[in-house]
Amino acid sequence: MAASSCPASAHGCAEKYQKLDEILQEYKGVQGGLIPVLHQAQLLFGYLPHDVLVRIAEELDLPLSEIYGVSSFYSFFSLKPRGKYTVSVCMGTACYVKGAPALLEKIKETLQVEDGETTKDGLFTLDTTRCVGACGLAPVLTIGDDVYGRVTPDKVPEIFERYRQE
Amino acid sequence: MKLYRAHVLICGGAGCISSGCHAVKEEFIRELQANGLQDEIQLIETGCVGSCDLGPIVIVYPEGVFYQHVTPEDVQEIVNEHLLKGRYVKRKMHRHPSSGEPVVSSREMDFFRHQTRIALRNVGLINPESIEEYIARDGYFALGKVLNEMTPEEVIQVIKESGLRGRGGAGFPTGLKWEFTRKAGGADERTEKYVVCNADEGDPGAFMDRSILEGDPHSIIEAMAIAAYAIGAGQGYIYVRAEYPLAVARMKQAIAKAREYGLLGQNIMGTGFSFDLEIRVGAGAFVCGEETALIASIEGKRGEPRMKPPFPATSGLWGKPTLINNVETFANIPVIILKGAQWFSRIGTEKSKGTKVFAIAGKINTTGLVEVPMGTTLRKIIFELGGGIPNGKKFKAAQTGGPSGGCLTEKHLDTPVDYESLQAAGSMMGSGGLIVMDEDTCMVDVARFFLEFTQDESCGKCVPCRIGTKHMLEILTRITEGKGEEGDLETLEELAKVIASSSLCGLGQSAPNPVLSTLRNFRDEYEAHIKEKRCPAGVCTALKRYEIIPEQCKGCGLCARVCPVQAISGVRKEPYLIDQEICSKCGLCLSKCPFGAIVVK
Repeated sequence: MAASSCPASAHGCAEKYQKLDEILQEYKGVQGGLIPVLHQAQLLFGYLPHDVLVRIAEELDLPLSEIYGVSSFYSFFSLKPRGKYTVSVCMGTACYVKGAPALLEKIKETLQVEDGETTKDGLFTLDTTRCVGACGLAPVLTIGDDVYGRVTPDKVPEIFERYRQE
Repeated sequence: MKLYRAHVLICGGAGCISSGCHAVKEEFIRELQANGLQDEIQLIETGCVGSCDLGPIVIVYPEGVFYQHVTPEDVQEIVNEHLLKGRYVKRKMHRHPSSGEPVVSSREMDFFRHQTRIALRNVGLINPESIEEYIARDGYFALGKVLNEMTPEEVIQVIKESGLRGRGGAGFPTGLKWEFTRKAGGADERTEKYVVCNADEGDPGAFMDRSILEGDPHSIIEAMAIAAYAIGAGQGYIYVRAEYPLAVARMKQAIAKAREYGLLGQNIMGTGFSFDLEIRVGAGAFVCGEETALIASIEGKRGEPRMKPPFPATSGLWGKPTLINNVETFANIPVIILKGAQWFSRIGTEKSKGTKVFAIAGKINTTGLVEVPMGTTLRKIIFELGGGIPNGKKFKAAQTGGPSGGCLTEKHLDTPVDYESLQAAGSMMGSGGLIVMDEDTCMVDVARFFLEFTQDESCGKCVPCRIGTKHMLEILTRITEGKGEEGDLETLEELAKVIASSSLCGLGQSAPNPVLSTLRNFRDEYEAHIKEKRCPAGVCTALKRYEIIPEQCKGCGLCARVCPVQAISGVRKEPYLIDQEICSKCGLCLSKCPFGAIVVK
């Protein structure tokens, strides 16, 4: 596996695996515990590396194929490394009719990535999302946990500059 | 309990949070302390007030003065003038749209005064993190009444008589669902059963469930406990979508508090009844709003639907009888128990009782959440509560029911809105999302947008949905790119019929609705795209035509200089010309022209 897969032996990864084991202990025997485990594992590692899926399979005593099936079914789970911030452009109906497509184009141009890709500096992963439920502020953009409402394309460069400086 | 002479309510809904309400709250805390008012005036962060685009919103009681677009800079003036001297800060108050006069009480605002708030009774009024405030508003009284004074059968009877129907979309009678689940598994009282709250609010444009979870989480806990008692369940699950982190946090906090107060867990209120709740967070799959897919997801599997019957009422979570209701449905329950079935069934229309929450958004002046009696006309919702269409544009359509619904047009404006009337008009209630569209919206593009949505969210289990929607999307995309052909519309209609009749679950069965309804109401727009290669609303990029009006062109040449593909040529001080063959329709020339001489057709 690539270096980014965070093998248990790598520096800084051992601690994460220890936390993962704690999570797995907690959910062992819990009915339907796989999805909560995947959520927490992704929070821990930033995405779901292959080695992590293997560990989950062993501990929860489930076939790896099933774990792969579940983690690839849901759009929230990522099998690839992600940027520090996830940028989500809301493509709900209200945002769509109020100009989300133009906003998305501008962000692609600003970040130089396509939908689903991560910027070269590893800062941003661009996603489109289904309604975030802030329709009153359409069009809406979220970066990490921050929500931006009524975003016009010309505001885009300035918004991202703030994160680059942090 | 402490008494306060005034209450300052700060809306802490998702909309206001992103508009910066927390900075306003901090400033209020500082200013109240600076003036020594912290023991006289209570500051409360509430759930969503509803009128999201007026945020950050501050409401000062007892008068109910509604301050909108409040910034931290305004706070000092509100504290000094209103709270210290009793003089309203008129410049920040909501104004009556026609007279321009400040509205003294929020209860008099058009947005609020036409509402009947049952499901949203506490949302925007109490601190959602305080169980005491919920109890002070008769919270958990219904649970107490049910556990101490009623048999499960009596509870079900009340819900049946109330006429309450599922608010998640299909409108199935709630009482019947409860009865089926109670009777499932025979007379054996020990059959394990579950109560599930469907909070996987996926329809784009609908956010009432989010608002209830965030603004009044205890009402859901109470209602689920009542349902559990009625059907004989000991465990419940709330399935919340991952896109709503605040809702998950508030629910978690509320569940912990309810346990602490003995309102969840073993031997609730000392009656011997036991019930507990767990939250399950979704992972971004729209299809999980379908009940069998949702069950699969709670079980930790891929969220794929299965054939019905058996219905969840007989075989649901882990094969056990399971009651699934939507958030808004549950939110009605405690009130029905306390006020009675007769009271509830007096509200609404003959077949649709009670109220419905609508999320109005899109091209409308006041966006947000409104709860109105069933049977309210679309005209009232859009033009009175919502304040009409901005910028003097003309109303074109209202989309209800999300990707499963359809468009309503001018001729439907005076139809009383309920489950039946919307269906008759070729749409559906859905979860209550209502997106308003004006003359600048292209209906073919909207249909394509919804198809893209359902196609992307199709789980892939059944062929008609997986492949059928893809074909429909291909045709629609072609039409919007100006490559539509004779016969496309007929093919779309035929595909729609097959997909609707042969798909496995509701997602596929209803996926063609947006196309069928726009074809029915706006066929001329489709034809303009196909035959004339023209987009009447000027939305579809490939069909746009940028032209220079010679009379207004001063020949400055700026457009020619900014054009990235050198499609504009001309001689200085004479009108320029755009070569349509080369033009990439980027629109840069139009945005740069200082004389407004460039138009898009």
